[in-house]
Amino acid sequence: MDLLQDAFLYLLAAVIAVPIANRLGLGSVLGYLIAGIFIGPVLGLVGSETEDVKHFAEFGVVMMLFLVGLELQPAMLWRMRNRLIGLGGLQVVVTTAIFSGIALAFGLNWQTGVALGMILALSSTAIVLQTLNEKGWMKSTGGQASFSVLLAQDIAVIPMLALLPLLVIGGVASGSEDAGHHGGAAIASLPGWLQTIVVLGAIAGIVLAGRTLIRPVFRFIAASKLREIFTAAALTLVIGIALLMDLVGLSSALGTFLAGVVLSDSEYRHELESDIDPFKGLLLGLFFIAVGAGIDFDLLFGEPLMILGLAAGILFIKAGVLLALGKLFRLPQSDQWLFALGLAQAGEFAFVLFGFAGGFGVLDQDLLKIMTLVVAITMLLTPLMFIIYEKGIAPRSKSGSTRDADEIDDTGTVVVAGMGRFGQVVARFLMTNGHSVVILDHDTKVIDNLARVGVKTYYGDATRPDLLAAAGLGEAKLFVAALDEREKQTELVAHVARTYPDCRILARAFDRHHVYELREAGAHRTRREVFEASLAMARDALVELGAHPFRAEKQARMFRRHDFYTLNALQEKWSGHTVDETYVDAMRAHSDDLYEVMKSDRADRYEDEDRGWTPPPNRKKLG
Amino acid sequence: MAKVLILFAHPRLDRSVANAALAEAAEGIEGVTFIDLYAKYPDGEIDVDREQNRLVENDVIIFQHPLYWYSSPAMLKEWQDLVLEYGFAYGTGGDALTGKVFFNATTCGGGREAYSKDGIHGVEIPELLVPFRRSFLLCHMRVLAPFVCFAAGRGATGGDLAGHARKYRYLLEALVDERVDFDQAETVALLSEALDTVISAP
Repeated sequence: MDLLQDAFLYLLAAVIAVPIANRLGLGSVLGYLIAGIFIGPVLGLVGSETEDVKHFAEFGVVMMLFLVGLELQPAMLWRMRNRLIGLGGLQVVVTTAIFSGIALAFGLNWQTGVALGMILALSSTAIVLQTLNEKGWMKSTGGQASFSVLLAQDIAVIPMLALLPLLVIGGVASGSEDAGHHGGAAIASLPGWLQTIVVLGAIAGIVLAGRTLIRPVFRFIAASKLREIFTAAALTLVIGIALLMDLVGLSSALGTFLAGVVLSDSEYRHELESDIDPFKGLLLGLFFIAVGAGIDFDLLFGEPLMILGLAAGILFIKAGVLLALGKLFRLPQSDQWLFALGLAQAGEFAFVLFGFAGGFGVLDQDLLKIMTLVVAITMLLTPLMFIIYEKGIAPRSKSGSTRDADEIDDTGTVVVAGMGRFGQVVARFLMTNGHSVVILDHDTKVIDNLARVGVKTYYGDATRPDLLAAAGLGEAKLFVAALDEREKQTELVAHVARTYPDCRILARAFDRHHVYELREAGAHRTRREVFEASLAMARDALVELGAHPFRAEKQARMFRRHDFYTLNALQEKWSGHTVDETYVDAMRAHSDDLYEVMKSDRADRYEDEDRGWTPPPNRKKLG
Repeated sequence: MAKVLILFAHPRLDRSVANAALAEAAEGIEGVTFIDLYAKYPDGEIDVDREQNRLVENDVIIFQHPLYWYSSPAMLKEWQDLVLEYGFAYGTGGDALTGKVFFNATTCGGGREAYSKDGIHGVEIPELLVPFRRSFLLCHMRVLAPFVCFAAGRGATGGDLAGHARKYRYLLEALVDERVDFDQAETVALLSEALDTVISAP
């Protein structure tokens, strides 16, 4: 009963606060924080149990790192290496160094300083990415630079998780190899060299299993076509790896991150992503609510100047470092400001790492309370920073610089849903013409066969909105709907037309009425799936019956023209998915018309309908 | 024995009178290959390699076509544009056709007198066919005077369709038998009016 009450309370707070925060442009992370602040400090509805909730919800972080890993395709990382290592790496290192120095100057010991520095160097991926996408700044140079830095920070979390336990104040300087030996590892009783072997073995095991074992297993599960079992398998994978890592004394986040990277180029990537994503979202949401509920506002009212001063200082220093890096890397003027103001806040990872560091005693509880509040305030101020950029800086530098900034290799992607006989031809044709095509299909046999001929297909039900988003439909220029189920196809087109108004939609239709349905649903172009093939065979039949091949070709073209004309002309007669008498009458009239057209030709009259290559009429003979 | 290739272009063979008659006349002569281009390529996609091989295999190339707007139907123009490639037919290394023989065999609705300085068209047929002549000369070929069937249209007065067909077949057989004097055939005005001069008896 208690559990249900708590669940209801937390969920209700989230359901109310998050949509409102989103509407106000604050982003979901702030929404969760605000929800937590309301049910905690403000209304006092939840109390001491928030720590337990937070502990439980931290698993969301493990899932997040799995997803981060899934996103990190080695090829993409390689392409971005300069910005990741240069821009991103420098941002993390320089910012960490400055904050550590300041902490030392304030009289904190160096371990605390380094821990704080690392944690505050991170920015809020969730808030910034959402804002960049919403405002359409993602493709600008500043947006791309921000993305690179956020990605570098996400990756930097992994070494940070490894480093933080080493910073234990007065910690036992364990002679053995690395970070991992915290917690109650089951192998702690083994001799050092054996521990090392077990740890390395576990990592090698994850990589090997990811390469060889996981794919066939997922293929087998996917073939059962039971969605919930696939979801269960995905969760089992993540939880299993977390447990294994705990067992050998490594960070579970590190392990799942690794598993994510290993699976990032598998065909199940998008499916895993969209299966795990809701769990991650909810758990992280719960985590942020718990953080919000735990914020101590007495601190703010007790020492408002210190708290606000710290928040302002963090924003100021981070922005300064980013601005300098922006100049160093020659970003255009206004993009430097977007980059600097946008990433100035501390991020949600800070809460995670605070909890982690607190657990080891790297940071003491009083400091944690202050810093949690400060970080939350910097995040709350982020929308203000974006407003400063949008109203203050962007309009002033409207000239040249933003124009030539669009040098990002924006090779309009095509998403093809359904790789049956129809979709295959479209996708292969586009690929051979050098376009990058993302293909979705939910038939494992099709995927395997295509893999054999070197065509990469992603597993998943293309009618699921989250999968479409994961496949990058947001950036795609073209969407080809080629499902072989009529109703699903129409729904899919309607969904894409609503959600991605900028995307051109090409849809496979089953018959004439389906053409109308798809057009109503928002398809820009439709083709009846068997029309062209039937007409080609009809032409062949005419040749077999003795017609000259070119004549048969011309007749087929005329038939097609007339048929398209009829198709369009009858659309207004077709309404409400039904066919009334007038439609039938019109249809019949058009068929009679077509028959006349074809016959007149045979009769060899000199008429409008068949004007090609006809000698002039012989007047003497006619007269 | 020489090999003769007739490249025939008429988009509406079913409505053709004169060309159908000529096509029939060309049937069944050993050594003569008759290619209906519109039948071979109903969608207009010409197989260039195949066409070039055909040219290499034959000694005499004939364009047989009706006269449309003082020229040939569109397919023959497309054929020339694609098949007579640089490096194959002309230009550096383009000597695949050197020494072969070309002429037009064309049908027109108007009578003989219509195609003269004082006729309604104001020109002689060979003047109209200069683009073909120049093209194949550039391909290092010998270009004979055209074989023209005047008054070939349906119901045209003074036409002698059966006569045209008979003469066409006579010419084709002589070409295969190598009984045509090319030097003479290059210089006469119209091949169709000089068969007795250019062809020697078997």
